[in-house]
Amino acid sequence: MKSKFLTTSAAVLALGLTAACGGGGDAESARSAKGPIKVWLSNNPEEITWGKAMVKEWNAAHPDEKVTAQEIPAGKTSEEVIGASITAGNAPCLVFNTSPAAVPQFQKQGGLVPLDDFSKGTEYVESRSGDSAEQYKSPDGKYYQIPWKQNPVMIFYNKDLFKKAGLDTSKPPLTTYADFLATSKKIVDSGAAPSAIAPAPSSEFFQSWFDFYPLYAAESGGKQTIEDGKATFDSPDGKDVWNFWHEMYAKGYSPKEKYDGDSFADKKAAMAVVGPWAIAVYKGKVDWGVAPVPTKDGAAPGDVYSFTDAKNIGLYSACKNQQTAWDLLKFATSEEQDGKLLETTGQMPIRTDLATTYASYFQKHPEYKTFADQASRTVEVPNVPNSVEIWQNIRDEYSSSVIFDKTPVDDAISKAAASANDLASGS
Amino acid sequence: MSTPVTQRILGRHPLGLLFAAPYAVFLAMVFAWPLALAVWMSFHDYFFAAPGVPVDRPFVGLDNYVTVLGDPDVRRSFVNVGIFLLINVPLTVVLSLVLAAGLNAAVRARTFLRVSYYVPYVTASVALVAVWLFLFSSGGLVNEILGPLAPSPSWLVNAKAAMPVIALFVTWKQLGLFILLYLAALQAIPRDLYDAAAVDRATGLRAFWHVTVPGVRPATTLVVILATITGANLFTEPYLLTNGGGPDGASTSPVFVMYQKGIEQGNPDTAAAIGVVLVVAVLLISLVNRKLLERD
Repeated sequence: MKSKFLTTSAAVLALGLTAACGGGGDAESARSAKGPIKVWLSNNPEEITWGKAMVKEWNAAHPDEKVTAQEIPAGKTSEEVIGASITAGNAPCLVFNTSPAAVPQFQKQGGLVPLDDFSKGTEYVESRSGDSAEQYKSPDGKYYQIPWKQNPVMIFYNKDLFKKAGLDTSKPPLTTYADFLATSKKIVDSGAAPSAIAPAPSSEFFQSWFDFYPLYAAESGGKQTIEDGKATFDSPDGKDVWNFWHEMYAKGYSPKEKYDGDSFADKKAAMAVVGPWAIAVYKGKVDWGVAPVPTKDGAAPGDVYSFTDAKNIGLYSACKNQQTAWDLLKFATSEEQDGKLLETTGQMPIRTDLATTYASYFQKHPEYKTFADQASRTVEVPNVPNSVEIWQNIRDEYSSSVIFDKTPVDDAISKAAASANDLASGS
Repeated sequence: MSTPVTQRILGRHPLGLLFAAPYAVFLAMVFAWPLALAVWMSFHDYFFAAPGVPVDRPFVGLDNYVTVLGDPDVRRSFVNVGIFLLINVPLTVVLSLVLAAGLNAAVRARTFLRVSYYVPYVTASVALVAVWLFLFSSGGLVNEILGPLAPSPSWLVNAKAAMPVIALFVTWKQLGLFILLYLAALQAIPRDLYDAAAVDRATGLRAFWHVTVPGVRPATTLVVILATITGANLFTEPYLLTNGGGPDGASTSPVFVMYQKGIEQGNPDTAAAIGVVLVVAVLLISLVNRKLLERD
């Protein structure tokens, strides 16, 4: 009985080892294999419309490489669902909603395929996105994501509320921090709206991308929070941005409590931090104007940087037919499909010469032109190890000092930077 | 006469083992195996990887425990949940016992009241949180009623009030279950005891104190232990009601920090260490509670 148990155990162990050792061979054969694949789309209705149409076109032309598209399964965030599916080994071939901040973690998990491994992979990524592609390169020099589309962050303002506050509605004073604060004061003091602007004051790691980071990108002339493995934001530029928001909260121009709804649509705030997606969302609800994010001393709109708020496409290692996935990825990011994406969603493909390639679209939709111009000056989250933990620490220190005024800004920013330096080194 | 070996191992009714096996397997798979894995993870440099990816997971001894116990955010989350339990558990015991005793005595609308107390327990937390946000946000109903007496900053962004509001919410939400437990216990108290107490002129509050309270002591032990365990696992409320353990970490809980570290940040090893510390702490508290409550 005992020997039978041992024999069976040895057989199971051997089978497991064989399967594990066979991984390398499987990966090699999967890289060149063609056949049916599954892809996940985000749950944004416009993106689903585009995604389904794109897949339909592909399937009509490739009956032997059928693509099945579905929304990312429900979860607290897409990143959690994707992370779990990598661990379970059932990730789809492509996810058209891969957050750049999550890529270092997915890469560490062994969940992503470097696109450079495909024929002319690097060339394709770099020729499509130009110099912007560099921001998406991993520390090992490879691309584990294709820069797909971005929602450059700008300031939306409600013209009706600005008028009520006695402010100019065509070129309101929002260029410098002093302008922005004075405008905010007028909005609140006049009773036009309870708050001037209401970025989410909650503690999720990604919230800093919509208050601190766009202004830091603008103030620093396009710096990432971490460059060459070192935090850049423990600097006069970083402190100016934190102090600016600190004043917005301290003076009551921004609320410390999260509004349970859309504060801009509900006229609880006269301004909002948005991307081009907002044009469709507020159409018919708010008479809006748009301005670049402010800088301390003001800058010409054509010089102001902002945050990308990009979502990319990742090719996942669980995919059995990776050549088909790569071919579909190129099809989905072709000039034609990017044009359709822009037309359907209003989101900006990360391509060189966006404004000229789709000139006719921007002529027909001039409201998107400002965002297209901003898209040429955007900064991505740094592609470094422990990315999410670094952003969480930044958020925690920012909450403590800027929003809730519990610690001095200088101390908090130094603490966040020191922790970012440790974590970015991979420790 | 000696018992045969097979009978000693398999018992007098071996078929019983077969019937019990599915649940035993379920327990082993859903509770025992994950717990053992969590303990193992907490002593290793562990992260979740795709199947087939060669990953080195070296033994790191107590490093993960040193990291989490040295982390002020983790320590604060334990203090927060301690404050939560100090409010939630006594309030749960007192309110559920008093309301159960009232329901037990009520003649009219008994079913209606039982259902009313039970509805929050079976309603999704997300829906209930929306109601509490309506009540306790800055411009909410509670502040409207309180007027100038409303706290500043408001309840959910007030570092001193956030955790007590969460404790109140959870007490209210869980009350239905504990009332049911007490109702069952109350119905097991012999009527004779109340009659005997009445002969000794102990009625009303005195009968409640001298007959009801000792009569439901086993149920009280169960309520305290269950409330402690569910309270120590606090997650949804800090996540939704105070927007991620706010303000400034005043309402984070150990499970919330585990979620951040293990799921969001990809550090399941340190998250597992927090989990093990939490399990040990809850076991110790439960043992102390049991000793205290089961004393004669």
